[in-house]
Amino acid sequence: MSRVKRQIAPYLLVLPGGIWLLIFFAVPMVAMLSLSLQEGDIVSGYRFTGHWQTYTEAISAYQTQIYRSLIYGGIATVALIVLAFPVAYWIAFYGGRRKPTYLFLVLLPFFVSFVLRTISWRQILTDEGPLLHPLREAGLIGQSFHILGTPFAVIAGLVYNFLPFMVLPIYVALERIDPRVVEAARDLYANPATTFRRVIFPLALPGVFAGVLMTFVPASSDFVNSEVLGSSETTMIGQVIQAQFLDNSDYPTASALSFVLMFVLLIGVFTYARILGTEDVMKVAAR
Amino acid sequence: MSASNMSDPTLLRGLTQRRFGRRDALRLSGLAGLGAALAACGVQGQGTQAPPSAEPDAVAKFWNGKVKNGTLNFANWPLYMDPKRPELKKFTAKTGIKVNYQEVIQEMGPWFAKVQPQLSAGQSIGYDLMVITNSFQFTQFRDSGFLAPLDHSKLPNYAKNVAAAYKKEAFDPGNAYSIPWASGMTGIAYDENKTGKITKLADLWDNPALKGKVGMFSDIQELANFGLLKIGVDPAKSTADDWERAAGELRKQKDAGLVRNYYDQSYVEALGSGEVWATQAWSGDIFQKNISDGTNFKFIIPEEGGTIWTDNFAIPITAKNPVDAITAMDFFYETANASTLAEFISYVCPVPSAQADMRSRAAKLTGEDKDALLALANSKLVFPTAAEYAKLHYYVSFEATSEQQKFQKTFEPIVLG
Amino acid sequence: MTASTVERPQLPKTEEAARIRPKRRITGGGLLHAYTWVIIAWLVVPIAVMIAFGFNDTPGRYNQTWDGFTFKWYGRLFEYPDLTSALITSLVIAIVSSLLAGALGTGIGYALGRYRFTGSGSLNLIMFATMSSPELIMGASLLSLFVSAGAGLGPITITIAHVMFSISFVAVVVRARVMTLDRSIEEAASDLGATGWVTFWKVTFPIILPAVFSGVLLAFALSIDDFIVTAFTAGTTKTFPIWIWGATRVGIPPQVNVMGTLIFAVGVLGAVIANIRSSRQGKRA
Repeated sequence: MSRVKRQIAPYLLVLPGGIWLLIFFAVPMVAMLSLSLQEGDIVSGYRFTGHWQTYTEAISAYQTQIYRSLIYGGIATVALIVLAFPVAYWIAFYGGRRKPTYLFLVLLPFFVSFVLRTISWRQILTDEGPLLHPLREAGLIGQSFHILGTPFAVIAGLVYNFLPFMVLPIYVALERIDPRVVEAARDLYANPATTFRRVIFPLALPGVFAGVLMTFVPASSDFVNSEVLGSSETTMIGQVIQAQFLDNSDYPTASALSFVLMFVLLIGVFTYARILGTEDVMKVAAR
Repeated sequence: MSASNMSDPTLLRGLTQRRFGRRDALRLSGLAGLGAALAACGVQGQGTQAPPSAEPDAVAKFWNGKVKNGTLNFANWPLYMDPKRPELKKFTAKTGIKVNYQEVIQEMGPWFAKVQPQLSAGQSIGYDLMVITNSFQFTQFRDSGFLAPLDHSKLPNYAKNVAAAYKKEAFDPGNAYSIPWASGMTGIAYDENKTGKITKLADLWDNPALKGKVGMFSDIQELANFGLLKIGVDPAKSTADDWERAAGELRKQKDAGLVRNYYDQSYVEALGSGEVWATQAWSGDIFQKNISDGTNFKFIIPEEGGTIWTDNFAIPITAKNPVDAITAMDFFYETANASTLAEFISYVCPVPSAQADMRSRAAKLTGEDKDALLALANSKLVFPTAAEYAKLHYYVSFEATSEQQKFQKTFEPIVLG
Repeated sequence: MTASTVERPQLPKTEEAARIRPKRRITGGGLLHAYTWVIIAWLVVPIAVMIAFGFNDTPGRYNQTWDGFTFKWYGRLFEYPDLTSALITSLVIAIVSSLLAGALGTGIGYALGRYRFTGSGSLNLIMFATMSSPELIMGASLLSLFVSAGAGLGPITITIAHVMFSISFVAVVVRARVMTLDRSIEEAASDLGATGWVTFWKVTFPIILPAVFSGVLLAFALSIDDFIVTAFTAGTTKTFPIWIWGATRVGIPPQVNVMGTLIFAVGVLGAVIANIRSSRQGKRA
């Protein structure tokens, strides 16, 4: 291959896909930014006026929903780490030849549409459903006890729907641990708890980091779980954005809220990376 | 996402490995330069506002030269016709017009937002006929000039059979742009076994036995209507001041812990599953639910009053087959067709003569089928009496978008929690 | 799953065996085993409920309580023309968008895996951004673009959006394969006189094909299940998940459960077959 060809080749290969990403990922962000600074209404149209007050108005009107989303997303993420780590750990170290089978079982929910899975939970958790009806009949729970419509139901829904996204990266990180390192720790008379704390867990951190990225962001911006399993008391910012865009056609408010959400999530992710020591985490991840 | 792919370590490694630094972030911000061009343009709206009622020559101007094309694209709400579409089959057999019937409309706000870009650009929305509610969006459709003025000379059955009440509805005087598909009432549905008898709105506010078991609508207009009726104000005549008071009343109901949730159409399921015992409800749903699931929920118009709404046929201004559309509109005003349609949807039928038709059809049936059809024919929910109509109010109507936004802002916080 | 055998960390066989059975057991293995099964059971419960209610002999359209067993919904699968056409729309969009994303993503993945070039950093960043941005934001921003441009929404805008979020996933899968490619094979081909083009098509492409195929499958899966981005870009078009979402408000007919069950069955079957085939290939190699 000639030199010139070699130099042009990567650009030719990248060009079509790169342009697609530019036009339909990067440009829309700019369009949304522009929209958030426009004024008007759907009938007479929106004009760019640089009206940044939409941001302050939107934040003050919907701060409850923003906080709530971050709290739900945060709780769900912590719960995910706690629930997923042992599963990933067991599959990685004890799964043996059946590892792929166990992973496959963990991934089974992905073969059913996201919306359908969540609706299925509603059917299970409903007040007179297969779970609560027998308990109520047996007098174990009060007449007004319910799960649907509570923050618990929404967070549980988030945890359920994103669990595989936490198990997999942790599993991959654990799977990569060289058994010789663990053996070395033992040879140096570390007890199992110390081995776990000082050797295994730090090595699994990149997986946890990836898992948090893959769950916290979508969980905080989700609107399906709260819509299906929640109530007006659990309204999340995703629902507000969706409604402002698709129901009310209030594009400036919706765009401004989208940016606020994106900004808050980015800050969250970067702070989190800082606390963990990004460089170390990234280095291990890139190993 | 498929499991087979997610467990692919190649992908996972790709996802977990990617590292990027501040320099990359700076590069991305460089893209913002693209924004300069975009800042210049805005979202195109419909600049010219059409007058509320059609100009005299508008009808002729629109219909001149339009001919039957043999195709009709019909957008409607879900479960608004028997899934086997018997009326449409009959229509095709009679007129030769093939109908593509789609249940694409679920809420007015989203529907308007979805079709607005095409209509503004003068493009076809893919539908020649749609059924839209007399909500704020109806006014938006009308005032944006998105609706074709109707040529009433093409609607002889409508002229002959429609109930008089529908000829003078405030949202479309003289039916210049729309004629009713079906209408319905908003009232209270309840499970009598659990609640005992419910007769008035006040029961949804101060019956301690209903704590956490009341459902209200998340639709701002519907919710506001109940608040307004509770404080004794006719929604159609309400002022911004009344809205504040009504919102306060609804807030009281919520703070007292009576409201389990604010529902959209899913309230039927909530009622069925025992999540709520009494709920704001649309008449036809409860009838259908009882028929289809053998339940025995009650539906009442509260003493303080209920509301009536109408879902209307309308032709988008960019329709490709308007003659086929208006032919279909008139077809549904033949007594026999109105009768079978009402039999399935069980909402208020705008054609009074359908009642007699239903009774005579019931007479030919036996057993359960006969009872069911007779019950429907005699139901005040399908063929309301004058006394029933008197208890029903129209929606709040808005003069301008700013008014509607104020209304929205007054009631939205209640639903958002 | 196809590439899983190829991509194992390179450890000598004996050590891999040692890793599978640690010499000294870490305590609590049994407990963890049981725990893993509890989690798996939890993951499967809603799927079981979905499948079961596809066999529910419900009289009306509210498929809520158990009314006895029936097969009838399987016979009446296509009773709702709208639901059927939504499923077809979903399939068509998934096929078109996965093929497009496959082509575009393979180009990027190959270039990133093979060449060093200026701009690759930015490209990597955009890819990372598309994979980690909230779907909500991507959908919302696309809608912003489309309404600003005055473009009507429909199957085309959905496809555009699906291709957009799938490209990066395809590229990542292909890049990983290209990076681990043994260059000596290609060198051998050119030593034998093959031109760059011929070497690519006859040697390189067949080697990366499984990765491309994985990428296309992944794009297909992402597309057919997507709800959030689609909700923003669909306009009046109905895909399978959008139809279900709308139907939650009016009662979901058992046909939805049946279609969900069939999609689940086909997906699981496909994955199992692919897995068996790849593990056989792994053994042969």
